[in-house]
Amino acid sequence: MTSQVSGIAASDGIAQAKAYLLIEPDLTVEKTSVTDTGAEKDRLTKAIDESKEQLGKIRSIAAEALGEEEAQVFDAHVMVLSDPDLIDQTHAVIDNDKVNADFAFKQVTDTFIAMFEGMEDNAYMQERAADIKDVRKRVLARLLNVTLPSPATIDEEVIIIAEDLTPSDTAQLNKKYVKAFVTDIGGRTSHSAIMARSLEIPAIVGTKNITELVKEDDYLIVDGMEGEVIINPSEEDISSFDKKAEEFAQLKADWDRLKDEPSLTKDGKHVELAANIGTPKDLEGVNNNGGEAIGLYRTEFLYMDSAELPSEDEQYDAYKKVLEGMGDKPVVVRTMDIGGDKELPYLELPVEMNPFLGYRAIRVSLDQDSVFRTQLRALLRASVHGTLRIMFPMIATLPEFRAAKAILEEEKAKLIEEGTEVSDSIEVGIMIEIPAAAVLADQFAKEVDFFSIGTNDLIQYTMAADRMNERVSYLYQPYNPSILRLIKGVIDAAHSEGKWAGMCGEMAGDQIAVPLLVGLGLDEFSMSATSILKIRSLLRKLDTAEMKELADKALTECTTSEEVMALVDQYVS
Amino acid sequence: MEKREYNVTAETGIHARPATLLVQAASKYNSDITLEYKGKSVNLKSIMGVMSLGVGKGADVSITAEGADEKEAIEGIDQTIKNEGMAE
Repeated sequence: MTSQVSGIAASDGIAQAKAYLLIEPDLTVEKTSVTDTGAEKDRLTKAIDESKEQLGKIRSIAAEALGEEEAQVFDAHVMVLSDPDLIDQTHAVIDNDKVNADFAFKQVTDTFIAMFEGMEDNAYMQERAADIKDVRKRVLARLLNVTLPSPATIDEEVIIIAEDLTPSDTAQLNKKYVKAFVTDIGGRTSHSAIMARSLEIPAIVGTKNITELVKEDDYLIVDGMEGEVIINPSEEDISSFDKKAEEFAQLKADWDRLKDEPSLTKDGKHVELAANIGTPKDLEGVNNNGGEAIGLYRTEFLYMDSAELPSEDEQYDAYKKVLEGMGDKPVVVRTMDIGGDKELPYLELPVEMNPFLGYRAIRVSLDQDSVFRTQLRALLRASVHGTLRIMFPMIATLPEFRAAKAILEEEKAKLIEEGTEVSDSIEVGIMIEIPAAAVLADQFAKEVDFFSIGTNDLIQYTMAADRMNERVSYLYQPYNPSILRLIKGVIDAAHSEGKWAGMCGEMAGDQIAVPLLVGLGLDEFSMSATSILKIRSLLRKLDTAEMKELADKALTECTTSEEVMALVDQYVS
Repeated sequence: MEKREYNVTAETGIHARPATLLVQAASKYNSDITLEYKGKSVNLKSIMGVMSLGVGKGADVSITAEGADEKEAIEGIDQTIKNEGMAE
């Protein structure tokens, strides 16, 4: 029977394929007494042998689809399964306690996991604990006679159904066969949503219960524009969606033609459409989508993808690559934003009750300034390879900005003294994500070269609503007049000092927000590279005078987010 | 019984790749092979045992083999250690 589910539209497009349930089965183990311990040991041997065989298959598929490096994790798994201590100890528990193999295996692996997790020694041991957990799941599934999903072996077109997708789940997916994602939880900024947009496949998140409604082998249609899933569609549904998919493909083809066109409004005003990136690898997407600048280079991936602090030379290489890759187009590099939800095993950051209100970003940089100085030196050295702009994250007060800028100037002077060439036209700005800085923007504007508004955090701090907390997700309201007023204040403050204001949050690539932001006079819009052409196409339909009128009305007449949305709808059809 | 003593020189100690290679080398022989560090000894054929010792760079360890092929075992493992520059 056909049924329909809706959620948050997180990535555009239309797809249809069979469902693939990436859901973990119940692996609860019951303790039972046995008399035939030999039979239990045989069951264990069989389960382990079958698991090894399965791992071998997964490994070869993964090596082909994802590369040798991704596949090596499975070698580690086989090695754990071949461990004589693990097997001997499980046998001993079966013999001594006369219990079933499932229970004995769970008990012995628990000890190993606890041991590795308890070792002070670094992230490496935590990963080994995770390996054992992964391997254990495979063996327990065999013993309990349930099927474990193995996304690495997908070899036909599917739509992934999951509670949520973690980075390690997506690393195992063969992108060639995955046509869409649908998840129970998450929002537009969750990992699965961002991943889907970068893969350019449709995604719907936050459906609450899609994992309960869809069965293995159900046929699905996913409409990423409307946020709708149709389970087991009728013939008519399929043909109407085929038509819609065709229209979408047409639309995309139209957008593609704008790749080398300037970003102009209907009345010919130019705004800069820039891209957010995390690594030099993302440059390809930026250039393919006609990005005019990098509006946000998140340098924390340099730190997170490494087992130790990245050296000055490693950082220099990455920055140089990005600057050169963009030619003379500007690149805004944000200094490290560590803390909050981003941890580093080798930088001992305290565990905090409220990490988003705690020790993160510039607060860490100013406190542990040797790490910060290394990054600044690498940036300064790279500055001669392009148009570098440096941006400090999480600035709340002017003394913080002054202190960060003073350190930058010190390192610059040292480098020049040493005879190293440094560009003398580096703009230095701040990210506006703390309401205190937004409110005092007029004072900041006298000292900074630019502002970039980080809306994800600005909204969470203004609304006092954790963006990771599902229960308060309704407060993530980019169009709320309160947020729009803060944004207007920041843009006006910049302009009155002859500076520019940009935006690098999700909002900058949002179809409803863009008309308002054009009206408010935003100069630079930085977004996922895959949104650039869509927004360029939208801009060409917007008249700045009309959008100014729209923004004025939204700021003075609207009382709620919903009213603003309705107003935008009237102005932009 | 055959016994050799080493001082670990690998940057990462006996973790990750060195641990994997040692276990693979030891698993080729029938003898009982143990790795001893700070008075604790573990089965060198057990990856989890080896990693649980947490052997870092600069540690003094000893490897013992006992069984029919103990001579070949200790030589073979010694080869692996030297080839990979894990210890001296």
